[in-house]
Amino acid sequence: MYVEPWLVLSFSAIIFLIGLFGLVVRRNILVILMCIELMLNAVNLTFVTYSTILQDLTGQMAVFFIITVAAAESAVGLGLVIALFRTLRSVDTKNISLLRE
Amino acid sequence: MEISPIFFYLFSGLAIFCSLMVVFKKNPVTSAFNLVLVFFAFASIYALMGAHFVAALQVLVYAGAIMVLFVFVIMLLKADEPVFDLRENNKFFVMSVALTLLGIAGYFITTFKEASYQEIGPYSISAIEQNGGNTRVLAETLFSQYILPFELTSILLLGAIVAVVAIAMRKKNLKSNTNVGGKA
Repeated sequence: MYVEPWLVLSFSAIIFLIGLFGLVVRRNILVILMCIELMLNAVNLTFVTYSTILQDLTGQMAVFFIITVAAAESAVGLGLVIALFRTLRSVDTKNISLLRE
Repeated sequence: MEISPIFFYLFSGLAIFCSLMVVFKKNPVTSAFNLVLVFFAFASIYALMGAHFVAALQVLVYAGAIMVLFVFVIMLLKADEPVFDLRENNKFFVMSVALTLLGIAGYFITTFKEASYQEIGPYSISAIEQNGGNTRVLAETLFSQYILPFELTSILLLGAIVAVVAIAMRKKNLKSNTNVGGKA
């Protein structure tokens, strides 16, 4: 009943990179926000894994604060999406070109 | 780490599959529901590793609050018609991003494999059990050592509430927004 620590860390790195891929490649701004949430989750898992490996609770405290900040971030981000949709009638990031002539 | 390999492989496979579905599905609603599955798989892995408080927070905050917010915004914006924007991108760009990220993943995995892990801290599993469980030990740390960041968190949340209301409020008297409420 033993899992090598590097397996768990590699798993969270893979989830982080999947989120980064979606962040770069997708253009629907809602999906981009979801990918940011994926990346934050992967970071949380890395913190908890190191907290378990090193037998130190500081990692889990960091996760507590990251979850709070993530909740605030997604609320503000979705508010911005609503404001953007009201102005542009679109959730596609290709259409955000207000500063262009 | 002393966790059950069967459940770890089950939940990590589920999480990787569903996060790929989040990225590659056309419909934002499908992405949102796959994201809920990812959050539950993560909560299960936290619980496997003995971080019970973080697992409960994950279910409450992520799978509860944040996903409800996402689904409400998708319904509010009528943005749920499937548009597969991935295909409109430059194929070369997508492939190069994927290859770069695969390279980074290989680098990460070899680094993690070669590193040595030793248990140095005072909070072993038996010590946590003796002191009353994960949640109690975490709460005692939070309200003694981390009391100032905890209080600052409340200011952050208050600021976020005010900011969201200010950003998302309808400004009816502005001319540029007279179309608000009309059909798209």
